[in-house]
Amino acid sequence: MSHKNIKTISNPKLKLEILTKEDVQKIHDATLQIIEKVGVRFPSKRALEIWEANGADVNYEKRIVRVKPQIIEDALKKAPPAYKLAARDPQQDLQLDGNHVHLGTDGCGVEVIDIETKEKRTSCLQDVRDIARIADATEEVAFHWVPVSAQDTPVEARGLHEVKAVWESSTKHVQTESIYNVEEAKAAIEMAALLAGGKDKLRERPILSLMQCTAPPLGHDGGSLDAALLAAEVGIPTGFMTMSACLTTGPATMAGTLAVGNAEVISATALLQLAYPGAPVFYAAAQTASDLRTGAYTGGGPEDFLFGAATNVLSDFYNVPLSMGAFATGAKDPNWQAGVEGALSSFMASLVMSDMLLGCGFLHGSRIWSYAEMMMDCEIFSIVHKMMSGIEVNDETLALEAIASVGPGGHYLAQKHTKNHMRELFIPQFLDRRPYSEWETKKDDARDWALNKARKLLKEHQPDPLDEKISKEMDRIIKSVEKQ
Amino acid sequence: MSEELYKQMAQSIIDGDSDLSVELAKKAIEINMHPLEAITKGFVVGVNYIGDQFGLGEAFLPELVMAGEAMKAAVATLEPELMKLGEARETLGRVVLATVEGDIHEIGKTLVGTMLSASGFEVTDLGVDQPAEKIIGKALEIDAQIIGMSALLTTTMVRQREVIEELDKEGLRPRIKVMVGGAPITRDWFQKIKADGYSEDAVGAVKVAKELVGKADS
Repeated sequence: MSHKNIKTISNPKLKLEILTKEDVQKIHDATLQIIEKVGVRFPSKRALEIWEANGADVNYEKRIVRVKPQIIEDALKKAPPAYKLAARDPQQDLQLDGNHVHLGTDGCGVEVIDIETKEKRTSCLQDVRDIARIADATEEVAFHWVPVSAQDTPVEARGLHEVKAVWESSTKHVQTESIYNVEEAKAAIEMAALLAGGKDKLRERPILSLMQCTAPPLGHDGGSLDAALLAAEVGIPTGFMTMSACLTTGPATMAGTLAVGNAEVISATALLQLAYPGAPVFYAAAQTASDLRTGAYTGGGPEDFLFGAATNVLSDFYNVPLSMGAFATGAKDPNWQAGVEGALSSFMASLVMSDMLLGCGFLHGSRIWSYAEMMMDCEIFSIVHKMMSGIEVNDETLALEAIASVGPGGHYLAQKHTKNHMRELFIPQFLDRRPYSEWETKKDDARDWALNKARKLLKEHQPDPLDEKISKEMDRIIKSVEKQ
Repeated sequence: MSEELYKQMAQSIIDGDSDLSVELAKKAIEINMHPLEAITKGFVVGVNYIGDQFGLGEAFLPELVMAGEAMKAAVATLEPELMKLGEARETLGRVVLATVEGDIHEIGKTLVGTMLSASGFEVTDLGVDQPAEKIIGKALEIDAQIIGMSALLTTTMVRQREVIEELDKEGLRPRIKVMVGGAPITRDWFQKIKADGYSEDAVGAVKVAKELVGKADS
């Protein structure tokens, strides 16, 4: 399936075996044991009641739930293995079917390196619009997260201002990670239904999806659970993301951290299936290792890359799509470190066909948005995209005719075969292959070109506008949530 | 005899062995060692050693945390004896810690608490989801010099400002100093809400707290 202005990885030629069947079974068994014996905290009255009604052992005082393996396993079987994320432009709908890797923007940062002044400053609503518009223009970005926090909007309706801003700036699918309470979730559903043309249409064409963070170790946020239940009820795809980190919120060992995070994700996923069997759900994760010296979270490093590949094996085991955190970096500037961490994490997560790949654009542990980084991350995705197509071997690609015609010596530049196939080679935008002397006079590099490209897209790209009537109606919904 | 015991005490902290540090604290009580001597000549030596090793890049955060917990356990064992003697351990200051209202994320804050108490502060940790009046009420109750507040969400970090505004309204600053932290907390935010201290990690928070109570490391 081809999409309008979206480059997506499909029909992969590369493979990776990171966990054996026995490994996965062991992680699954450990996870079930954790959920049954240790329990998971669900600080939501509604969630606890659903658990109790389904035979779980519920401690209302501690808000901890212990569940027999069979209940979890049966519930997970009700989750649909494949479905689509709808876009405002149906030609940009995304299939989550195990045969596609779609890149999204990352979220949710608190600062932006200004596209004009290059100074770091607090993020605002206009940044959400600008980033979404640039993402809409690129072919690499297939869907949006809310990239940065609109800190100039009222906190109680911030998540709504943000999704509206993205919808107004792009025709691609929006997944928000910034709506985590009942009031905003209700309003967001109303806004999504408005855009889809009614609640029934929304179920058919989920134009919005929701991502909720777990609260590791082994906990959830009450508002997140309630928001997710509302979304599941109307068929809005919903995922729970663990960011369990070795040393701090997870054991020092990677297998242990996988199990803890898995317990968080599958327990919440099972809850949604118990409440609304068949609701579209996805697995989401961005595990990492905390820094040994400071305990800090920044993401990046070899553990990230391994987690990125291992998690899709788990989500495949449960037969649900995955949204995988990649491109995380502790780099403060779009530099060597950002390149290494972005390339290896996205490559590993793509090798196993993570359905949704998050996300381009951030520095310093998903806190600081950089337009240059966004564009360079997109190029990394393009490189991975090319690598995933592997090497095609057949009579045509073996090029025997051309080889015979050139013979020993000579060159292939003037061959018809060359003309037919040269555009299959990767054409970089930001890799420096110029003569040394040219660099010497200009002393510029990928960062400058990437920033210029972002500036150009922001200046020139005008996405199909959102119907003004819908915009106004959304404003009314947002107003009703805002405190006076 | 005492020298040997002091050494064992220091080592129990270096090894992060809470069971052993408590056992040695009890032994000190049995042999009538002055509790303050046990702390300053024994256990604190271990804390300082680990701190130095950490500074040199030889020790890692988990070792620091385990040493902190072993220290806390030893001091808790000795404190009733100190009270009996009518004495108190000299602390660097009293700190109230909390994660702000609407926010349940606490690992960073808990880590700051461990580091502060290992460094000689008396820490009262209120836990998560704490409204301004509770935080301020506790600070007044224990006559705290510092309030430390954590937030992980951009939608809850605004609560840090509310606490500061409330303190200002009541004329409680600069008597009570305010430290803020959490993943979304930037230097800009710290300056904007006019907090007194800010750090990006737990080890840095100790340095800031010492400065705020006028006991900065020289």
